[in-house]
Amino acid sequence: MHDGGHDAAHGSLTSYAVGFLLSLLLTAGSFGAVMSGAVPHAMILPAIVVLAVTQLLVQLILFLHLGSAPDQRSNTVIFLLTGMLIVIIVAGSLWVMHNANVNMMPMQMSVERALAKN
Amino acid sequence: MLGKLTLDAIPWHEPIIMGTGAVVALGGAAMLAALTWFRLWGPLWKNWITSVDHKKIGVMYIVLALVMLLRGFADAIMMRGQQALAANDGAGFLPPHHYDQIFTAHGVIMIFFVATPFVLGLMNVIVPLQIGARDVAYPFVNSLSFWLSAFGAVLVMASMWIGDFAATGWVAYPPLSELGYSPTVGMDYYIWSLQISGLGTTLTGINFIVTILRMRAPGMGLMKMPVFTWTALITNILIVAVFPVLTATLALLTADRYLGMHFFTNELGGNAMMYINLIWVWGHPEVYILILPAFGAFSEIIATFSGKPLFGYKSMVYATSSIGVLSFFVWLHHFFTMGSGANVNAFFGIMTSIISIPTGVKLFNWLFTMFRGRIRYHSSVLWTVGFMVTFAVGGMTGVLLAVPGADFVLHNSLFLVAHFHNVIIGGVIFGCLAGMSFWFPKVFGFTLNEFWGKVAFWCWLVGYWLAFTPLYILGFKGMTRRMNHYDHPDWHPYLIVALVGAVIIGMGILAIGIQLYVSIRDRDQNRDLTGDPWDARSLEWATASPAPFYNFAVLPEITSLEQHWDDKEHGRHFVQPTRYEDIHMPKNTGTGFIISAFGFVMCFALVWHMWAIAAAGLLGVIGTFLFRAYDRDVDYWVPAAEVQAIERRRTDMIRKAA
Amino acid sequence: MNSPVSTLHGGHGGHEHGHDAGANTVLGFWIYLMSDCLIFAILFATFGVLSTSYAGGPSGRELFDLPYVAGETLLLLVSSFTFGVAMLSMQARRTDNVIILLLVTFLLGTGFIWMEVHEFAHLIAEGAGPDRSAFLSAYFVLVGTHGLHVTVGLLWLAVMMHQIARYGLDGIVRRRLSCLSLFWHFLDLVWICVFTFVYLRGVL
Repeated sequence: MHDGGHDAAHGSLTSYAVGFLLSLLLTAGSFGAVMSGAVPHAMILPAIVVLAVTQLLVQLILFLHLGSAPDQRSNTVIFLLTGMLIVIIVAGSLWVMHNANVNMMPMQMSVERALAKN
Repeated sequence: MLGKLTLDAIPWHEPIIMGTGAVVALGGAAMLAALTWFRLWGPLWKNWITSVDHKKIGVMYIVLALVMLLRGFADAIMMRGQQALAANDGAGFLPPHHYDQIFTAHGVIMIFFVATPFVLGLMNVIVPLQIGARDVAYPFVNSLSFWLSAFGAVLVMASMWIGDFAATGWVAYPPLSELGYSPTVGMDYYIWSLQISGLGTTLTGINFIVTILRMRAPGMGLMKMPVFTWTALITNILIVAVFPVLTATLALLTADRYLGMHFFTNELGGNAMMYINLIWVWGHPEVYILILPAFGAFSEIIATFSGKPLFGYKSMVYATSSIGVLSFFVWLHHFFTMGSGANVNAFFGIMTSIISIPTGVKLFNWLFTMFRGRIRYHSSVLWTVGFMVTFAVGGMTGVLLAVPGADFVLHNSLFLVAHFHNVIIGGVIFGCLAGMSFWFPKVFGFTLNEFWGKVAFWCWLVGYWLAFTPLYILGFKGMTRRMNHYDHPDWHPYLIVALVGAVIIGMGILAIGIQLYVSIRDRDQNRDLTGDPWDARSLEWATASPAPFYNFAVLPEITSLEQHWDDKEHGRHFVQPTRYEDIHMPKNTGTGFIISAFGFVMCFALVWHMWAIAAAGLLGVIGTFLFRAYDRDVDYWVPAAEVQAIERRRTDMIRKAA
Repeated sequence: MNSPVSTLHGGHGGHEHGHDAGANTVLGFWIYLMSDCLIFAILFATFGVLSTSYAGGPSGRELFDLPYVAGETLLLLVSSFTFGVAMLSMQARRTDNVIILLLVTFLLGTGFIWMEVHEFAHLIAEGAGPDRSAFLSAYFVLVGTHGLHVTVGLLWLAVMMHQIARYGLDGIVRRRLSCLSLFWHFLDLVWICVFTFVYLRGVL
């Protein structure tokens, strides 16, 4: 059967090792930010979000080989489209639900707010 | 071992159900006897059940759709009958709990087991032929997808005689659909039939995206694809994008019902609105999944029978793509009234109004295609013109409903019911029936009887308007949907007219049945010898009718948007190739059917809490799938000589026609 | 139709099976993976909406054991690395290496699942099961769905190790390993989101 070299050389030991080490560092950073107390409380959430997004990118590029190389372009485009779709659905749902909760579950509303609405 | 299942599950005391059951049992037995008597089991298994040929699979989808149409219509006529009778708070003939199951089943069946399979069937039959491919990207998965859908339908049908069905409306909002308010198995039938068929649909989406993106004939760039294929591409992208949402949402409801969780329950923190939000994130794009292929069919039909290229191809492509994109920004219009507030409603209301614009573009393009054309009034053109008028009205009522203030008055009234039937019947059904008339000869090698086709059309058109115009008026008068009985005497005459309309639609369905019978009886007089009975324009018409199992003896080189038409203009069509080659084809397999059958066993067992049997079903699914993974004998080569012989027979037929 | 395309093998635009079939399979699998992404997105969104619906029951801060989760994270991350190296060995056609690396991946994955099952059992025993509150329902389903995917991946790994032993690294086996590698890496990506938005955020 057709046994041609269809697995183009994706990645190398270096790129996997770099990806692994970076991921390790970023993970340690996230856990450290929360557990060590070294980061001011208000900054923790933004910090771990940034670290998570960075690690996602690291693994997408170094483990999943997403990029603009010709044989990876369609995967990357499809991934970006999926990402946009996820943003629309998740952000849209959170917006809708937040508004529904505020309007329809008065226990979550303070007395002042409820009075102000009339 | 048998969970909740007992003989009491059979509704012995419901005469309508038992009566229908007797008829179905007798009819079924007669069919089985006929299959045995005419020795058709072998051919049925070899040529249909195990087929991985997209053309056969497409036919089976459409057969499923037509059969389920009968059930869905039966539900409709019962509802119309009940409402025509139950004036002055009369009881009618359907007690509320039964009536609730009927309108639920009607919606579920029409959307999931009539419209969806019909549309998938048309895409299955036509897309590979239109792009010059031999089959879809994953023929085995295609077979699996069909059988998953078919067994989903079987599960719904089983609910009629073993247990009951959901009584929640076709979208099954919690908390009504939770265990507390729907303690019977009906809701579980709903869940599992949708999950099993939804999986099939999702797989089809993936299959067709890869097929269209990767298997077009050489030279067919995206902007040389026929419009029906474009609509198929956008439709399948929508399928892959939103069916996972349905899967996840139903799974969460299942977790509530089976594992005592609290996603959507009233107590312990659940939030029923989240279900409503998520189900419509799926539900809105779903209706575009249904309508876009219908739009594609109309485009092909109107260009063919106007004798002109489709007007504004590029704008059609952009309009279809815009509709696809915009369909993700409108879902909240299904629940304006549920408290998200003015800002949210305003955003979604505006987006909903905007989405009507690309559809308008398409309508104008169809009109301009007809303008100055030499129009032949084949029945598929009648369906098309009927669609243009009917759907335009439905679209306009949609834009009215898109205004949140208006929707607060009209939400869940019969006005809404009339609107969505307007667009689904006038758009999706008319499109499917038009497509069926148009492409039937390509699939079966003979044309459908035109007289009965026209009868069917007029019955559907007149029937639709008679059935649903009263509902628009009743909506304005304040009648809500899903009413078992009412006490406004002035509503009564409208509901009687609506019943008459429904009966006329029934006559239209009967006419389709007669049309099929007469056409098959007279098939020898109506053979399509050339493969191109309508003097059509796109690539599928270059093949024989029916197309050979390998579609194209030699994959065509594409240089034009309307390759077949251009070839005819230059006298290059129906040219015999000079060389034939061996053709690589996938082997038929029963694995798709068997996996789906095990899946059915698992789902039925889950409905009735028969845990051991469910586990066995799941093991059967996994085991059969693994068996397939170890099967290395999945394809074969068709010798060039055999291809040549088949093609020679075709050339002889063309000469006979000339 | 115009003059025939006469090439059978090679030649681009060839839409025969075989030549492009491998690439088509991986593309289709990638699209499936994106649909799976969407399922997780819905579960995350649901978790987001229900993340404070404790119903008087325990919250993340009271329940989550971060060092334990760090251990799970490490197992999964290393397994993603070992799978990557396995793919390099596959490209070099070093069959024995591939099987060994896949086996290590399998063991690490099994360790992850074992830790997760242990964690779930512990929570349920403490009365913090998925039926306690909407927050816990969302937690169990989100994390549990990820765990189910890993379990399916483990089964797939086992089958692939067997198929490699039986058929060698032929085209079909390599194509399936490519799909599995996408799947396995994807599971680690989802886990990044899980440990960030469920566990770390949950204790804040």
